[in-house]
Amino acid sequence: MIETKKLRKSFHNGNVETEILKGIDFHVGRGEFVAIMGRSGAGKSTLMYQMSLLDEPTSGEVIINGGHNAAKMSNDEKTLFRLTRLGYVFQDYALIPELNALENVALPLLMQDIPWKKAYTQAEEALKRVGLETHMGQLPSQLSGGEQQRVSISRAIAHKPDILFADEPTANLDNESSRIILEIFQELHKAGQTIIMVTHEPEYGKMAQKIVHLDDGMITGVTRN
Amino acid sequence: MSSLLNTRIGFFMAVRQIKRSSKWTTGLIIAVMILTSLNLIVVSGILVGLIQGAIDAVRTHYTSDVIISTLKNKSYIENSPEVMSVIDKIPEIEGVTARYLKGGTLEANYKTRVKETDKPNTAAGTIVGIDPTAEDKITDLSKFVVEGSYLDANDYDQVLIGSFLVKKYLPIESPGFSALDNIEPGTKIRINIGDIQREVTVKGIVKSKVDEISLRVFMVDSQFRSIIGRNDYNVSEIAAKLKPGTNPEVVRDALKRNGVDTVAKVQTYTDAQPKFIKDLVATFALLGNMISSIGLVVASITIFIVIFINAITRRKFIGILKGIGINGKAIEISYVFQSIFYALIGSVIGIVIVYALLQPFIAAHPINFPFSDGILVAPVSGTLARIALLIFTTIVAGYIPARMIVRKNTLDSILGRK
Repeated sequence: MIETKKLRKSFHNGNVETEILKGIDFHVGRGEFVAIMGRSGAGKSTLMYQMSLLDEPTSGEVIINGGHNAAKMSNDEKTLFRLTRLGYVFQDYALIPELNALENVALPLLMQDIPWKKAYTQAEEALKRVGLETHMGQLPSQLSGGEQQRVSISRAIAHKPDILFADEPTANLDNESSRIILEIFQELHKAGQTIIMVTHEPEYGKMAQKIVHLDDGMITGVTRN
Repeated sequence: MSSLLNTRIGFFMAVRQIKRSSKWTTGLIIAVMILTSLNLIVVSGILVGLIQGAIDAVRTHYTSDVIISTLKNKSYIENSPEVMSVIDKIPEIEGVTARYLKGGTLEANYKTRVKETDKPNTAAGTIVGIDPTAEDKITDLSKFVVEGSYLDANDYDQVLIGSFLVKKYLPIESPGFSALDNIEPGTKIRINIGDIQREVTVKGIVKSKVDEISLRVFMVDSQFRSIIGRNDYNVSEIAAKLKPGTNPEVVRDALKRNGVDTVAKVQTYTDAQPKFIKDLVATFALLGNMISSIGLVVASITIFIVIFINAITRRKFIGILKGIGINGKAIEISYVFQSIFYALIGSVIGIVIVYALLQPFIAAHPINFPFSDGILVAPVSGTLARIALLIFTTIVAGYIPARMIVRKNTLDSILGRK
């Protein structure tokens, strides 16, 4: 489904070069629920950004679905790929404040030129799936953190992406909300959704099918639950 | 991604952003755009209107729509009665006033002069013989009587004197210019036309911003004819007022076709304008455009700053939009739509203020400039052109900052990195 080959990422600060990812070889199969875990600064989020085409690696390759090599894609192609094939759940929900829940979910569908009515129906279904059918008209500012994250998940899954990326999706949530979010992920996984989730909480990592341990920019181990 | 799709998405986002943004911010931006559109329309409109007011006053109170005057080197229009009969046959002419003109001098205070060698109190002016009723009907001359009263058809040895000939209205101490002192209604003055001298009584003083009125002395035509011995009824000026909606050029050409131009100069009120007036109109229009251009630049900068601040504070959300696959063009277009919205709303309100409020108000209460009653000249075509320019400038001013922010690295925007 998605694999990385000798993936490296460095940042420059003046003359100082800091290597965050040190040649990651990594594969996630279709339908897998993978948690990337590690301590703060291990390179978890950086790895996810490279895999999800939000950033460009310094070297190495990201290959999705066997044929799509990120290095060979133009920026426009990456944008289109992200729109149609990938889904994102960010740590801080990343909802657009002036759009209500339904509009936030419908926007990427409309961008795919899905007819207005169909896009809204799909968005409604995605919101119902996370139990927010009564909150569709509410703005993000009118929702709790947990509810906002559920809207974010709805937006990420509404177009049935090949891979769902989640970057610390529960970091800003209380235990109850975190539990709900992870239950949703498990349900999505059961329905066949490929999920790659970054977390530093061992308890939540255990809910994934596979845990990839990262330390100092390298994979230090893979465990299966 | 088709540009139509980007436009639709851009519109979708713009509408919601405007709808759900702070009412105060929106109100403030619109207020700036209203002031800018007013600046664009009104400043040049007033500058042009200042001259246009003078032109209109000359038309309304002196030349009327068509003016027939003497040929060069002639002191009167030959065969004036025939010219009048030609005028009578032109249906578009609503009415005329004929004037007899002679240059002369006026003398006041001659009774109080102590010695014959003392310098007399004189002033030079044009003595005009008029039919008071016809003149008033065509030019509203009676409206300008500031002291005393207007002439009556039966007034004999009575005159209306222009305010520029009266010292208290024109207190200029110039060696080349003299005015009469101690003049008020009832004062006796002498009129000298060539060798003829006549003592008359000032019946009233007329004061107008049309110099031709303020520099003249008016008396009843029947008496004036007898003073200058003009028994052939040949006049020096005929001002013709046309029926509403008539093109003065049509009447001018009709008069010329009937041979009036062989004995007189036939001009529309526009033809009769001195070149410097036309130059002034062009100059003031240019000045107005220059000032408006500054306003336009200020508006562009305002919109640029507003959109830039808006975009930079929303940089994270712009990054998220790009991150989830929203095309950068659609995001840029959303800002362009917002700019158009602000410019359009501001302009429409500005236009309403100009045409529903300012223009009628200033027309009813002209601005009292020293040499004209200024009006607001705002032709619709010119206004629309300025508004189109404003909207275009606003679009550019909105697009550039949006593009600057949208072009930034997506992940840097999401994470708030520089």
